[in-house]
Amino acid sequence: MSVADFAFYVFAFVVVVAGLFTVVSRNPVHSVLWLILAFLSSAGLFVLLGAEFVAMLLIIVYVGAVAVLFLFVVMMLDVDFAELKAEMAQYMPLALLIGLVILMQLALVYGAWTTSEGAMGLRASVTPDPSQVQNTAALGQVMYTDYLFLFQTAALILLVAMVGAIVLTMRHRVDVKRQNVLHQMWRDPAKTMEMKDIKPGQGL
Amino acid sequence: MVEFFTTTNLGIALTILGQALLVIIPLFIGLAFLMYGDRKIWAAVQMRKGPNVVGVFGLLQSFADLLKYVVKEIVVPAGADRFVFFLAPMISFVCAIVAWAVIPWSDGWVVANINVAILYVFAISSLEVYGVIMGGWASNSKYPFLGSLRSAAQMISYEVSIGLIIIGVIISTGSMNFGDIVLAQDGRFGLFSWYWLPHFPMVFLFFISALAETNRPPFDLPEAESELVAGYQVEYSSTPFLLFMIGELTAVVLMCALISLLFFGGWLSPIPGLPDGVLWFILKMLAAFFVFALVKATTPRYRYDQLMRIGWKVFLPLSLAWVVIVAFFAQFGAFGGAYARWVIGG
Repeated sequence: MSVADFAFYVFAFVVVVAGLFTVVSRNPVHSVLWLILAFLSSAGLFVLLGAEFVAMLLIIVYVGAVAVLFLFVVMMLDVDFAELKAEMAQYMPLALLIGLVILMQLALVYGAWTTSEGAMGLRASVTPDPSQVQNTAALGQVMYTDYLFLFQTAALILLVAMVGAIVLTMRHRVDVKRQNVLHQMWRDPAKTMEMKDIKPGQGL
Repeated sequence: MVEFFTTTNLGIALTILGQALLVIIPLFIGLAFLMYGDRKIWAAVQMRKGPNVVGVFGLLQSFADLLKYVVKEIVVPAGADRFVFFLAPMISFVCAIVAWAVIPWSDGWVVANINVAILYVFAISSLEVYGVIMGGWASNSKYPFLGSLRSAAQMISYEVSIGLIIIGVIISTGSMNFGDIVLAQDGRFGLFSWYWLPHFPMVFLFFISALAETNRPPFDLPEAESELVAGYQVEYSSTPFLLFMIGELTAVVLMCALISLLFFGGWLSPIPGLPDGVLWFILKMLAAFFVFALVKATTPRYRYDQLMRIGWKVFLPLSLAWVVIVAFFAQFGAFGGAYARWVIGG
């Protein structure tokens, strides 16, 4: 068994175990921490596949940003654990059904499905040879050169979603005192301040 | 014998272990003296003597502190999540050290020479926030929790502008490998061919963001002594606290290394003709650390809302605009190709 094989089994085992504990652990904060471990290990799997750019993005985006948000929300919420446990039994059949559907789909894709020659050709025509180009450069080529407009459209949709979320949640309160930093910085000391020399025992 | 270390699995593992120790041990010894230097500079600015009792000129002060921390009693707060409580300082410590694997000390002197080195450092430093959040939460106490929320928000905010500034450098180099980034700065004019000149405004932005990212003064709001008790590590004592402290200081030194690699030419010599080497890199790191220490000693602390404002409303738009500008300069070869020093692909 080579080092890469060994690393694969370690990462794969950790992903599965961490995923299991994400579901069964009693404390929601522990669940999120297990989820983070699963993300990290799958980043390791990506590295083993030679997709180091995707691995790093997975860590930066999912572990560094998304999971932090999860953690914030879960820590802030006052969750009743006993109630959650009771609901788990109620939702179990649905969860099992979803799991079964995903399993079937994966089995279809990897077992019975065959891709047509034309589709394979289309895919190969935009993908550079991995031995010639680093995968970062290859991804950049596909996203920013070949499919620039599709990529921009996707970005625009995300932007609209973001603007929508902000519009829905932003309320501008008028009764709050705000600081205008530029206004403060451009104030003239001579106009706002007056120096007085006060004699002792006399006052103003 | 050489074959054993380059071909067999055990030999390769031993080689990597040796290289890692070769990086970590000098780093830790250096850290002890940097801590001492930090306090001495701080003291000098305030016209005090600073540590001067342990050893000649107090040189062994850091080692005495280390001993003090280690022999103290570990106190675990009641109701604390014990596992997470002890995991948090370890994460903080390990993440700070693991990032050094991709830092090149001289041409080819690097433990792991990977293509996405700069993203790796970025990813690892985004993991450091977990030490803070977990430490604050696991203490089962209000003050650490509030401190950890402040800290985490601050670290996440400034990561964004650091990332955008790094993108500018990546566009100029066309590679994410630190070795390539340094070699792209190798030119005929010595220190004037380094990236600090074409990327001039970003050097300051990066430096300030680095201060905020590592929770150094004037952005040390997580542990603002005069307002909060001490931020996320209030409930920690003894070795776990020491791990947090070492992790924090290592992150500061890592930022010094990043500044010298990205903008000041890493191991390149500033004067054409002088030999390049690891000494230049260490000197540049020391210079950066000196500025860190001076800033700590001389600037008053920011207010929290002002810190957030400057991160999101000033640094983020500026660095985003800079990415666009650099992209145009690089594409059209402005300023004699100063922005387009592509070492690979062309």
